[in-house]
Amino acid sequence: MSKKLLPQNSEWTLESLQLYEKAILDIAQAFDLDTYNNQIEIISAEQMLDLYASSGLPINYTHWSFGKRFVNTEKLYRKGYTNLAYEMVINSDPCISYLLEENTMVLQAMVMAHACYGHNSFFKNNYLFKTWTNADSIIDYMVFAKNYIHECEEKYGSTAVEELLDACHALRNYGIDRYKRPQKISLQEEKTRQSERAAYLQSQVNDLWITIPPHFQKNSLTDKKEHFPKEPEENLLYFLEKNAPLLEPWQREIIRISRKIAQYFYPQKLTKVMNEGWATFWHYRIINELYNQKMVSDSFMMEFFKNHTNLIYQLPYDSPGFYGINPYTLGYHLFSDIERICRDPTKEDEVFFPDLTNTPPLEALDFAMRNFKDESFILQYLSPKLIRDLKLFSVLDDSNEPDLKITAIHDEVGYTALREGLSQQYNLDSVEPRIQIYEAHIKSDRAIILRHTQINHRPLDETSTQEVLKHFHALWGFDVILESVSPQGTVLKIVRCPSTAPTVRSNVSAQHTR
Amino acid sequence: MVQFIDRRHHAKNTSTVSRQRFINRFKKQIKEALSHALSQRSITDIQGGEKISIPKKDIREPFFRYASGGQINHIFPGNKEFIKGDTIARPPVVDTQSLGENASDRGEGEDDFTFEINKDEFLDFFFEDLELPNLVKTELKSIPQFQNVKSGFSRSGSPNNISIIRSFRKALGRRISLSHDKRQKLKIALERLARLPAKIASSSPRRIRLECYIQWMQKEVKAIPFIDTSDILYHRSSPQIVPSSQAIMFCVMDVSGSMDEAKKEMAKRFFILLYLFLTRTYQKIQIIFIRHHTIAKEVNEQDFFYSRETGGTVVSSALELIYKIIVDRYPTNDWNIYVAQASDGDNWNADSPYCQSVLNERIMPLVQYYAYIEIMPRHHQSLWNAYLNVKHKHANFAMQSISKPNELFFALHELFKRNI
Repeated sequence: MSKKLLPQNSEWTLESLQLYEKAILDIAQAFDLDTYNNQIEIISAEQMLDLYASSGLPINYTHWSFGKRFVNTEKLYRKGYTNLAYEMVINSDPCISYLLEENTMVLQAMVMAHACYGHNSFFKNNYLFKTWTNADSIIDYMVFAKNYIHECEEKYGSTAVEELLDACHALRNYGIDRYKRPQKISLQEEKTRQSERAAYLQSQVNDLWITIPPHFQKNSLTDKKEHFPKEPEENLLYFLEKNAPLLEPWQREIIRISRKIAQYFYPQKLTKVMNEGWATFWHYRIINELYNQKMVSDSFMMEFFKNHTNLIYQLPYDSPGFYGINPYTLGYHLFSDIERICRDPTKEDEVFFPDLTNTPPLEALDFAMRNFKDESFILQYLSPKLIRDLKLFSVLDDSNEPDLKITAIHDEVGYTALREGLSQQYNLDSVEPRIQIYEAHIKSDRAIILRHTQINHRPLDETSTQEVLKHFHALWGFDVILESVSPQGTVLKIVRCPSTAPTVRSNVSAQHTR
Repeated sequence: MVQFIDRRHHAKNTSTVSRQRFINRFKKQIKEALSHALSQRSITDIQGGEKISIPKKDIREPFFRYASGGQINHIFPGNKEFIKGDTIARPPVVDTQSLGENASDRGEGEDDFTFEINKDEFLDFFFEDLELPNLVKTELKSIPQFQNVKSGFSRSGSPNNISIIRSFRKALGRRISLSHDKRQKLKIALERLARLPAKIASSSPRRIRLECYIQWMQKEVKAIPFIDTSDILYHRSSPQIVPSSQAIMFCVMDVSGSMDEAKKEMAKRFFILLYLFLTRTYQKIQIIFIRHHTIAKEVNEQDFFYSRETGGTVVSSALELIYKIIVDRYPTNDWNIYVAQASDGDNWNADSPYCQSVLNERIMPLVQYYAYIEIMPRHHQSLWNAYLNVKHKHANFAMQSISKPNELFFALHELFKRNI
């Protein structure tokens, strides 16, 4: 079934893009890729820099940190230290992909297959995205957010809004429900709810107690022991939005906006390897299929292979530019490996993956794409062969030991440990310290206690912790105490904000001893 | 269903506002960096942007993160020589990079965050503590004016630019050339009619045929359109820089021992301001640097600001040198001459009356504007009084005593007022 050769000029035109898109679409459909509609936009390098600055959203509110990011990437780009991404894709419906105008025809084709079909189908079908993001309303929500924040700036001054956003940004990694599932609401509902919320809160002008659940108001001082919140709260911004005593309605709304945006990005954080792997796997398959159908030439393929291999090149750990495991490499190989095991399993695979050996490859791939995040995906699918191919090894860095220790390499005894180790590396806890709201003394001095559960004895960075606590204090309005506790619950360390309390005490004791 | 959108010509710089916020937020640091940069710059080199470095610790956005320590298990790719149980010496900088960005504070160091601001932003900062009126600021920042100059004709244009004479001339030409053939035939036919013997009756078919032919030919000639779209010509104009003449700017500075770095810095700003102003009005500006203590000397910019000499002060030496240079090199008619003088007011007392007369009689008639600043808040000396007398006589003489940069502008106030 040979088809007509597609345009092979290295310069693209809008017509040739359309021809390629059509060809790619046909192939993607033949592979049963389920996607949102595509909206493909061609942008210039400057516009790409703007997108970088607004964290990949086509619309964002204004904040100095975005300006800082812009200034920084612009400098790096102009000096030639960094290349811009060939594309950027937004998890929205229709799925918006931005293609850089400087790309050659080959790159545009690769990028369309990668973003418009790879990422797009991942966004539409992965369980995390399905649970946490509303692709059809994110753009509208950002428009709402931008306008709302702009209005607030006009009403309350840009300094006040900026300080609030600074605090929200410092805590935005903790504006996420990791476990609680959300109910979906549409933008329309969001708007109505917002005005209802504001109206209600406005009607209760600034009464300290309105934000506290009613049964606490009823209780007298008799049951001081009762714990609030009942369960530790992981979503710090949510807690502040609902419970901080001194905030005004607009401040609560802005906190809400920041945590909504954080929540929108949460699945992307958890599926970096899978998402990129899936997209890379599919652009590789689709472009090869174009070649099989004789729609592209040999020289097209040579350029494609060059770009593809660059993308999935893994620097060894000891090379100067090493920055960790390349998510494209790992993800691409994981998905390719699933296909390999389904088609052509070895004895070893039969032991490790008995389920896969009898499954049709497309079905297995689809299942894997839908139902995992990086952590579980690696734990499930990292095969001994891939461990050997990547020559993975595990190093234990224990600050109590003078030396680093190799705990596992790519051999029989190491496979399981490496798989678990690598999976853990993508566990959010190993990147972001786990911090929860433990107790708020809403009936006494309104001090709030945060708890950092120490995992593997890893301490918090002191300077940044102190800074973040200042922001937390600005939102909460009263004393903030951060306890680092061991997994068993022993308090190991306490940081306070404002930090004056302990110093005063030590002064007193110093005078005492004199 | 797919939709392609070519977004390239749509708005870019959507980050401009955020960028502005960023710059405002770090105003203090940027200004520090800027005043450092200013001291490195030449007066004439004021029109570009500037590279700014601010300490990274000031602009860091904090978030909860791990410090190094505890037990961390890293998985690395590309094993070459290790087997299980090997130990390796801890590398000097603990590598925690694989665990998220900036996991370690130590490895990162206190590098500066460097970026560039553009010319407008640079000038904004430069103007900020000079407290210039807004009108002056925009005036200084704007690009040279262009004037549209007639440059021939074109076939396309807007109706208000139609050249009537040209269009009609062309129409006439077209009518003549298109009707030539027919008029020729008409002429022959008319001649033949005239030659017809009178005896041929008016009803004879021959005469009628000829008359019909003539009528038809006349109609044909008339049918050629009087004016046609192809005739219409438009005036064409092209932008041209408004011609302006050349200017000479004298920078005169006292470099006797009492002028310290801070005063020189202030003087430099004063010179820059005048220079910026002149670049607005003149295309070509030459700057002549004259420094003086007891004797005056023409020097280059480097020596002007940075080499040190001590000694007494005789201002007239500089004035005489200005006069000499003007007379020798710049015939007054062709040049606009501006003088900016900065001093701390010290002068040898007996010299001041002489200065007054040199200015009144020789220099002031030759120059467009003479601005003098005295960077000294304390009481004035004889030079100030001598200059006051000059000021009464000449409207284009300005003087100002300055202790803070925001007072600089008043020395040039009159100058700006005249031109805006």
